[in-house]
Amino acid sequence: MGLYLIKNDLNIDFVGKRKIAYVLSVLIIAAGILTMVLTGGPKYGIDFAGGATAQVRFAEPVSDEVLKTSLNGAGLPGLVIQRFGDDSRTYLLRISVGEESSSGVTESIAGALRQHMAGKEFEIQRVEMVGPKVGADLRSKALEAMFYATLITAIYISGRFEYRWMSATIMAAVLGGGMFALGAFGVNKVLLVFLALGCTVVLCWRLKLVFALGAVVSIVHDVLITVGVFAMLGKEFDLTIIAALLTIVGYSLNDTIIVYDRIRENLRNNEDQPLSVVINQSINQTLSRTILTSGTTLMVISALLLFGGGIIFDFSLVMFIGVLVGTASSMFVASPILLAMGDDVVSHAHIGVDERPRDTDGRVAGQV
Amino acid sequence: MKQGILWRVAIVLLVLCASAYVMLPDMLSVPRLKEGEQPQGLARFLPNTRVNLGLDLLGGIHLTLGVDMEKAIEANLSQVGQELLAEASRKGLLITAPQLAGERLEFVLTVPGKQEEFEELLKQKFHSLAFEVPKTLANGRLRYSLALTELERQRFTDSTLDQALSTIRNRIDQFGVAEPDVRKQQDGRIVVQLPGMDDSNRAIGIIGKTAHLEFRLVVDPATTKGPTEQLPYVGSRGDEAKGAPRFITVEKEVSLTGDHIENAVVGSAQYGDYEVAISFDRRGSELFGRLTEANLQRNLAIVLDGKVHSAPVIQAKLTDNASITGNFTLEEATDLALVLRAGSLPAPVKVLEERSVGPSLGQESITQGVTAALVGGAIVMLFMMVYYGFSGVIANFMLLFDVLLILAGMALFGATLTLPGIAGIVLTIGMAVDANVLVFERIREEMRRMSPLEAIEAGFSRATLAIVDSNLTTIIAAVILYQFGTGPIRGFAVTLTLGIIASMFTAIFVSRVIFTIWMRKPGRKLSI
Repeated sequence: MGLYLIKNDLNIDFVGKRKIAYVLSVLIIAAGILTMVLTGGPKYGIDFAGGATAQVRFAEPVSDEVLKTSLNGAGLPGLVIQRFGDDSRTYLLRISVGEESSSGVTESIAGALRQHMAGKEFEIQRVEMVGPKVGADLRSKALEAMFYATLITAIYISGRFEYRWMSATIMAAVLGGGMFALGAFGVNKVLLVFLALGCTVVLCWRLKLVFALGAVVSIVHDVLITVGVFAMLGKEFDLTIIAALLTIVGYSLNDTIIVYDRIRENLRNNEDQPLSVVINQSINQTLSRTILTSGTTLMVISALLLFGGGIIFDFSLVMFIGVLVGTASSMFVASPILLAMGDDVVSHAHIGVDERPRDTDGRVAGQV
Repeated sequence: MKQGILWRVAIVLLVLCASAYVMLPDMLSVPRLKEGEQPQGLARFLPNTRVNLGLDLLGGIHLTLGVDMEKAIEANLSQVGQELLAEASRKGLLITAPQLAGERLEFVLTVPGKQEEFEELLKQKFHSLAFEVPKTLANGRLRYSLALTELERQRFTDSTLDQALSTIRNRIDQFGVAEPDVRKQQDGRIVVQLPGMDDSNRAIGIIGKTAHLEFRLVVDPATTKGPTEQLPYVGSRGDEAKGAPRFITVEKEVSLTGDHIENAVVGSAQYGDYEVAISFDRRGSELFGRLTEANLQRNLAIVLDGKVHSAPVIQAKLTDNASITGNFTLEEATDLALVLRAGSLPAPVKVLEERSVGPSLGQESITQGVTAALVGGAIVMLFMMVYYGFSGVIANFMLLFDVLLILAGMALFGATLTLPGIAGIVLTIGMAVDANVLVFERIREEMRRMSPLEAIEAGFSRATLAIVDSNLTTIIAAVILYQFGTGPIRGFAVTLTLGIIASMFTAIFVSRVIFTIWMRKPGRKLSI
C-alpha cells in the first residue's frame, strides 16, 4: 500500500491568504527590478552582449591572484577572470571583441597565456565568440520568443477553458500583427514586447477571457520573479537561460491548468457554490498531485545542479527557481485571480455554454 | 474497453520492438554507414539510424560566417564601370572614369549632345544598372549616378552567397573533416560545423581566407602616368635585413587573377621557408605567357588578398608555372595551396560567431550529463516505488520506456543530442511521472467511492484530458524554443518535446493496458 503525503480532507484556505501572497510577490518582483536597475540593467552573457569567453584548464592549480596579475598587462581587451567549478584549475576568461577583431580570439588568448603564464601548462577547453551584431539580434529574438510563447498559450487556455477560440485568436492575431508591423518600422523591440504584454492583459480583461488572464498574469509573475532572483544572485543571462525561462513559461502553466481543469469540473458539478469556495476546494483536491510532481521535478533538477557540471549549472538554477515559483503561483496567484473579476464573470453560465458533443449522460466525449 | 485489449497489447509491443530495433545500432556500437557504402555483416540486418551527438559533446567547431556583401557589390560595380568606360569610349562617347560612391557608380558624360546615344547604350548593354535621369552640369555635361537594379542586386547577392558556400564546402572537403555541415541561413549567413576539429584558428584561416590572387606589374611611382596603387609588402624572412621596402607601388590594372589556377602544391624555398607552386590552366598559361613576354626584365608583383608576397623580375617568357613565396611555415603553405586549389571567395567573410569545444570537455560533459540522469532517475524511481507501491513500479517501467522512446525518436528523425538535450531528458524524467501521478491520484480519489477496477477506469478517463492540456503548453513553449534557438538549445527543445509526447503515450495508453491486464484476475488488490 502506498503512502499518503496529504490528508484527504485537507482544506487550506488558499483564497483567503491570497493578499499575503500578492504582497510577497510584489515585494520580490520589486526587489528584482530594483537590483537590475541599480546594477544598470540585467547582466548579459556574451550571447547577448557580444564578446568571447574561453574556458581554460591548467595542469596545476593556479590562484586567482596570480592569474589576474599576470594577465593584467597582456593587452586582452576588457578581460574578466572568473573561476569555473570548484577546483582552482579551471577559469573562464571573458574578453570583449570588436566588429573587426572577431577572428583569432583563441589565438590571442592562447598567446597571452603562453607569454604571461610561462611554464604553466594549460588547455583551452571551450571558446565561444559572439560578434556584437549577432548578440543584439539574439537579444530581441529571445524577448519575442518569450512573448509569442505567452500569447499562444493564452489562446490555448481561453480556447480550452472558455471555448472562446475566436476572440482569443483574433486578439492574438491583432497583437502579433501589430508587433510585427511596428517592429518593421524599427520601433524598439524591448519596449514593444512589454507594451504588447500590457495590451494582452488589458485585452484579456476587456474580453473577459478570465482563464487566459490568469494564465498570462501567472506567466509574467513567474518569469519576473525568476529573472529577479537570478539577477539578485549576480548571474548572467545567456541563451541557455532563455531556454530555461521559455520552459518555465510552459511548465508553470502545467500546475495552473490542472487546477483550472478541476475548477471547471467542480463548477459544473456544484452550480450553487460561491466561486471562492470552489477554487479553494479545487486547489486542495489537486494539492497532493501538485506537490508530488513539483517534488519529482525538483529532485531531478537538483541532480542536474549537483552532477550536471558547470556548463548547465545556471540553466538548472533557473529551472529550480522557476519550478518553485510556478508551483506556488498556481495556488496563490493564478487561481485566486479568477476572483478579481467577480463571481459573475466566471459565471456558471459561462462555463455552461460548453457546446461540445455529449453522450446520453451529459458527459463530454472523452470524459467519464 | 475489454474487447480492445488484444489490439492495445499489440500496439504497445509493436512500439516497444520498433524503438528497440531503431536503437540497436547504437546499443551494439555498429558504426554509421557512409554514403553509398554497402552494409557488411551485422549491419545488414540493422537500420542505419543513430543518435547524433552535438558538437558540445563530440568536440568541434561551430562558426557563423557573414559574407561582406557591400565589398562584393562594390567589386562588381567597379568591374561594370570598367566595361562601361571601355564600351563608351569605343563608341566615341567620352565619359570620366566611373567612381564608386557607396553602392553607386558616378561618372560624367563629357561630350554634349550625345545623351540619347549614350542612354541607348546603357539600356542595351548594361541592364544590370537601374537607369536614372542625369544631372546637367555646365557646358552641357551630364552627371550620372547609377546603382544596380533591385532585381540584379538580389540575384547578385544570392549568387555570391551560393558561390561562397560552394567554395567553403570545397575547402573543407579538401581539408578532410569527417561529416562537416555547411549550410546557408535565412539571413544570408553561412553556418559551418566541423565535428572533431579543435584548432579553430586554423579552421578560420582556411575557411575565411579570401584567397584572391592577382598578378600586377610593379611601377616606379615617379615616372609612371597610369593609375597606380600602393600595397603592403609582406616578403620573405631574409628581406628585412636587406632593407626591403614596406610598400610596393603597382599598376592599378590587374594583369592576371587566380581564376585560372589549375593546381597548387607546396614546395620548399630558401631560408627554410615554404612556397606554393601554382600551375595555370590553358587559358591561364596563354595569358601568363603573353604577360611575361611583353614585360621582360620588369618586376611582377604576386598579390594575395591585397598584400604583395613577392615581386620577382621576369627573366624569360613563362607559361604555365609560377610560385608564391613569402615567409610561410609548412602548415601555412599547405593551407594556402589548399585554398588556392579550392578557389577564392567572391567576397571577404567575417566570423560572426564561433563556438568551439575541445574533445576532453565534450567527454566530460557526457559523463556529467549521464551521471545527473542516472542519479535523478534513481531518486525519482525510488520515490515512486515507496509512495505508490506496485503502481509505482509500473510507473517506473513507463519511465524507462519513455527514455527509450526519446532516444529512438531522436535516432529516427536524425536529431542531435546535445548537453542541454541531456538536461531535457533528465527534466522529462521528473516531469514524466506527472502524468502517472495525475492518474494515480485520481484513482486513489475514485477508490473512495468505487471498486478498484472501476476506479482505474474512471481515473484514467478523467485524468487524460488534464494530462493533455497541461503538457500541451510545455510543448508550445518547446516548439517556439526550437524556432528561436540554435544548436545545443534546439537539442533541448527536441528532447523536451519528445519526452512529453512519450510520457503522454506511456502514462495514458501503455500503463492503462498494464493495469487492465493486472486487474483482470478476480480478487487482485490494487497497491497504489
